[in-house]
Amino acid sequence: MPKRTDLKRVLVIGSGPIVIGQACEFDYSGTQACKALRAEGLEVILVNSNPATIMTDPETADRTYVEPLTPEMLEQIIAREKPDAILPTVGGQTALNLAIQLGELGILEKYGVELIGASIKAIKLAEDRLEFKDAMREIGIETPLSIYAKSLDDALGAIETTGFPAIIRPSFTMGGVGGGIAYNIEEFREMVERGLELSPVHEILVEESIIGWKEFELEVMRDCADNFVVICSIENIDPMGVHTGDSITVAPALTLTDKEYQRMRDAARRIIRKVGVETGGSNIQFAINPDTGRMVAIEMNPRVSRSSALASKATGFPIAKIAAKLALGYRLDEIPNDITRLTPASFEPAIDYIVVKVPRWAFEKFPQADTTLTTQMKSVGEAMAIGRTFKEAFLKAFRSLELTSKDARLFNQPPPGGHHTTPPQVAGDLETDAQLQRAVSVPTHRRMWAVFRAFERGWDVATLQRLTKIDPWFLTQFAQLVELKRSAELVGARDLSADLLRTLKRAGFGDAELAHVLGVHEEDVRARRLEAGLVPAYKRIDTCAAEFESFTPYLYGTYEREDESNPTPRNKVVILGSGPNRIGQGIEFDYCCCHAAFALRDEGFETVMINCNPETVSTDYDSVDRLYFEPLTFEDVSAIIERERSAGGDVACVVQYGGQTPLKLALALQEAGVRIIGTSPDSIDLAEDRERFSKLLWELAIPQAQSGTATSAEEARTVAAEIGFPLVVRPSYVLGGRAMQIVYDMGALDRYMRTAVQASPEHPVLIDKFLENATEIDVDAVADATGAVVIGGIMEHIEEAGIHSGDSSCVVPPYEMAERHVAAIRDYTRRLARALKVVGLMNIQFAIKDDTIYVLEVNPRASRTVPYLSKATGVPLAKVAARVMIGRTLADQGLTDDLEVSGVFVKSPVFPFVRFPGVDTLLGPEMKSTGEVMGGADTFGTAYAKAMIAAGHPLPSGGTAFISVNNQDKAGVVPIARDLVSLGFTLLATRGTAAYLRAHGVDAEIVFKINEGRPHVGDELLNKRVSLVINTPLGRESFFDDRSVRRVAMLQGVAAITTLTGAAATVSAIRSLTSSTLTVKSLQEYHARGVRA
Amino acid sequence: MSGYQEILTDPSYAGQIVTMTAPEIGNYGVSDEDGESRAPQVAGFVMRDASPVASNWRASETLRDYLLRHHIVAIADIDTRALTRVLRSSGVMRGVIATGRELDPDELVARARQAPSMEGSDLVKDVTCASPFDWRPGDSDEFTVAPERRAKRPLRIAAYDFGMKWNILRRFAAHNCEVRVFPATAPAADLLAMDPDGVFLSNGPGDPAPLDYAIDNAKTLVASNRPVFGICLGHQILSLAMGAETYKLKFGHRGGNHPVRELESGRVEITSQNHGFAVDADTLPSTLRVTHLNLYDNTIEGVRHVDKPVFCVQYHPEAAPGPHDADYLFRQFLDEMEKR
Repeated sequence: MPKRTDLKRVLVIGSGPIVIGQACEFDYSGTQACKALRAEGLEVILVNSNPATIMTDPETADRTYVEPLTPEMLEQIIAREKPDAILPTVGGQTALNLAIQLGELGILEKYGVELIGASIKAIKLAEDRLEFKDAMREIGIETPLSIYAKSLDDALGAIETTGFPAIIRPSFTMGGVGGGIAYNIEEFREMVERGLELSPVHEILVEESIIGWKEFELEVMRDCADNFVVICSIENIDPMGVHTGDSITVAPALTLTDKEYQRMRDAARRIIRKVGVETGGSNIQFAINPDTGRMVAIEMNPRVSRSSALASKATGFPIAKIAAKLALGYRLDEIPNDITRLTPASFEPAIDYIVVKVPRWAFEKFPQADTTLTTQMKSVGEAMAIGRTFKEAFLKAFRSLELTSKDARLFNQPPPGGHHTTPPQVAGDLETDAQLQRAVSVPTHRRMWAVFRAFERGWDVATLQRLTKIDPWFLTQFAQLVELKRSAELVGARDLSADLLRTLKRAGFGDAELAHVLGVHEEDVRARRLEAGLVPAYKRIDTCAAEFESFTPYLYGTYEREDESNPTPRNKVVILGSGPNRIGQGIEFDYCCCHAAFALRDEGFETVMINCNPETVSTDYDSVDRLYFEPLTFEDVSAIIERERSAGGDVACVVQYGGQTPLKLALALQEAGVRIIGTSPDSIDLAEDRERFSKLLWELAIPQAQSGTATSAEEARTVAAEIGFPLVVRPSYVLGGRAMQIVYDMGALDRYMRTAVQASPEHPVLIDKFLENATEIDVDAVADATGAVVIGGIMEHIEEAGIHSGDSSCVVPPYEMAERHVAAIRDYTRRLARALKVVGLMNIQFAIKDDTIYVLEVNPRASRTVPYLSKATGVPLAKVAARVMIGRTLADQGLTDDLEVSGVFVKSPVFPFVRFPGVDTLLGPEMKSTGEVMGGADTFGTAYAKAMIAAGHPLPSGGTAFISVNNQDKAGVVPIARDLVSLGFTLLATRGTAAYLRAHGVDAEIVFKINEGRPHVGDELLNKRVSLVINTPLGRESFFDDRSVRRVAMLQGVAAITTLTGAAATVSAIRSLTSSTLTVKSLQEYHARGVRA
Repeated sequence: MSGYQEILTDPSYAGQIVTMTAPEIGNYGVSDEDGESRAPQVAGFVMRDASPVASNWRASETLRDYLLRHHIVAIADIDTRALTRVLRSSGVMRGVIATGRELDPDELVARARQAPSMEGSDLVKDVTCASPFDWRPGDSDEFTVAPERRAKRPLRIAAYDFGMKWNILRRFAAHNCEVRVFPATAPAADLLAMDPDGVFLSNGPGDPAPLDYAIDNAKTLVASNRPVFGICLGHQILSLAMGAETYKLKFGHRGGNHPVRELESGRVEITSQNHGFAVDADTLPSTLRVTHLNLYDNTIEGVRHVDKPVFCVQYHPEAAPGPHDADYLFRQFLDEMEKR
């Protein structure tokens, strides 16, 4: 069946900001889909509120709308663009939900737009637990047993069937209130009675628990002719009970017989047919009882997913690209396989290697969060590794996580303690057996380390199987790794034979890991390894286990005999990626790496990417000439560069685009003779080194906040006495404000030095004067080797100083800055760029306080704001800078003046607080946001309103505003309160704030704080009386009160503003919302009218 | 990915050294129910990584113990991908697995050269049954794929055993067919003497061309106007009997992921394959029409007689190991038998 000819224009919906559970895998999928659709001659209209994506590059689609993902905005886009169809299956749950809303609101019908990829009916059937169960029953596929009960007697009958443990789910309670897991009859009776009482219809569902069962996923595809293929099977090492996004997973499935696997495959085919996914990909999850083999279907996602991105990277089969083509009416057998070229996509990839994925969590950012892993996902990123054996892939995956050396070690770990702080390491502080038993039984982000400790303690596979429910095959592999480590220890470094070293390397041990085990330096192991001639071979990912020739150099390293990398003698540039996503280092850096690759490929270089993040566009084999899916460690990176060099041709390396990950390797690589292009590692160090940098600023006569460094608590006290409080304290060389705090007194400083950091001469703590109430400014600029500098944009923060720049909303062009400040900032930026001999990108943070401009920090590398600025200006800064790095000038790229924007663009952060009950939503110098959105308009108010809506904080047009501010902010809040009243709000305030407002002629009703009596503000929020919260922190004594107000507001979906400047911006946004309706405009339209420098 | 036990016990691999592209082998051990014949058939087994344990609720022993018990030589820790690439570019070749400190590579190559070539030799006689027997189906279990339909009355099938996989017999049983299995050399008259509803020609090892006796018998069966169905080697023998020729493929088909198009409906099946020879499209007589094509190399995967109830496929609809996409072929055979 050839392609449908009735489709000309397709609207693709993106997934919005990066949040936990929905990360850059949807940029990868969406970008693939857009490219595939355009390659078929269709016009693509794209909407996504996330500017940090490749998919929102103006070149990716014909029309690009960076607008909030709401039905209202979508309707406007549909009305303007008149698409024939919408593809909702590449934008995660966000896009599916939007599609359903558009259907329910009659918008699809009104404009005659068709959904392709998945129908409303299929989406709903897959989403609704009960409908799905019924559908499965109809086709004879088991789901976990469940029985409705309307009385205790009913329930006692039901438990006979389901057995213990049993899950009790009351019908129609919000968010599953009153549910639980009963392990014995007494708990059961209790829960049933409570559940029946809580359920408005006095009904509960008694469901069999499948916690501890083996968990599998199949990534499947189906075309319009009912052809069906399984792309990849995935096995979760963590059994049922842990969300698959939080599980360590392996592909292909390793513990299924062919009969079990084919039964699952048959079931998957029946399920995708029954749910009615007519074209495209789906993810189907199954559980198998390890004792009886009983298989149940858990759920299905009728769209591309995080797992499908993983499956695409694991097999080389581009699921999203093929899904887009299938949606156009192609059949699988009509689409060629890119990698083999001669064979069609209607086949099942065969893989002759093992893939392991390990999640990365950010609990260190949320110390109050519960680290237990449950069915709700908590991780923020993941690393994937490929090896010829499970052991090799497993150890490579753990090495790819880039944890601190203390946290990373699986073998001979330091004594465990709290996960967020360094425990006091006193003698006798050993983990008891009972503690260890708990650490392996309860799934947390550190469980795997506990499993390794248990094996080192001599526990056996049977014991750990009982405690963890992890399949004994995997546990045996871990036990073998511990055995191998022991054999290395026994022989010792001096007597380590080449044979044993080869065995260890083949099992995946990194040089650094072996050095730790043997008590020597990494260089010693490396020297020994090279002496023994042990270097990795690179093998190809070819979709077919070597059955056919592969034309795509998609490679992984392994200690094997035959190397297939076949490097060319061309001049090449190696781009080091940014590794697993984490808070502070996410999609923005991957965006920059991709742009470097695109630009340098255009310049005639062969581009080589090294990265280990399966979610990204950079690890799409289409993005670069040669892709190495490898950990970003010195060992792995230098081996690849050696191999690429071996064919002749110049090999240069880009380290300034992937965040801290490649920067940490820069000096070592340079010492190893690798040519780093762009700003020199020495300049990068100069900017990072507090003393060198202070001296430079002094010489340039550019003001900076008073500062000092301390390598001990005593030194810190001395520095503090000199500078005076408040202070910003932080460790050196971190990204995302890790462990950064503002301290107001000696007590807090001592506490910080004692618990939060481990200061040492190599790792001093940086101490800066905190510029209270200053305005912060971010500047991104590009400088070339001739000393020319072009400023990409001056971004004014909306929240005042003290909040991490990644967590602050900001705006271009600046909206409240004096012209002389703008001019001074331009001047400082140029001087700094020249002084640091920047060649490439540079980011500077300034603060303006009392008419003085201070430099807070300079980072001569790509920053988080580069993609946002590129979207706002229409100039791809990362590409421009990449060309500069290979010797081109700004002038010959047509850039002589600083960039300007047409319109106003606001960037706003998005936070994961809702995932972490008990965690304060207050912002500070430590970054906590996972992603960002952009709002564009002609005025600041409208742009800010759009950004707020896109970030999921719709602003009220009226109602009651609750105000509670600290004494310092009282004067400042008066005009804001007055504006709110003039916009028709009524005001509710705590006693002190209300008194102040009344004294200044603004009427406000008094409400109790949470600890003052009832009804208090929390009650008013729960009663939906409050539509806006303005609450600036009141200090430690009312900390818990503030915190609960903010949390209740968040859960109720009420906008809660914690800074005065934020409040002022919010008021101007509300004003613009009430005075006019929001309209949409594509980036192409903005840029066409924009003044390009 | 999985299915090593079925492969080890497949008589089509008799006398051959088999290497697995999947790197982790033996993980789920060996089970009493998953064999395709009484014992492993391969001459040698090559793996990247061999599991020391068997992790599965149905496992009766580890792969290692199983191979030891049956005196099958196996070798692990080999760069099996490199080996596969050699086989891909040079084709199936003779080989030797040896151990010992004083091995002389030249001498081993000479020993490999002495091994008989598959082309032109009759490997069937080593794996066929000694005398006729009736297949007694075991209990069907949860893994038995429900057939599209069962025969209305028990149908009687006479089957030639050229090295038959047991799952073919299990599939016939699931379709309510009773099978009497005959040695490869039994005269066709013996099979027809039981007045079967249909006749089946099984899979088996090696080159079909030297099997004159089987081809002659197949001619008799085709002439009998009874429904005849063949799989793999059975398909090649039937095609030869009906006037086509076979040839050795440069790249043999192995594995469980080959796409095959059923030409009438256009549907693509993912199939289980294991053959080094194929029917030559240029030699097809007008009495045969192609029903199935391989989408990898466009070779013939199935043919049907234009006016007799005779059809056969090159691949393995009985799967084991592999996908069940082509199970409908058993139902088609049922249709032909019930039409009579």
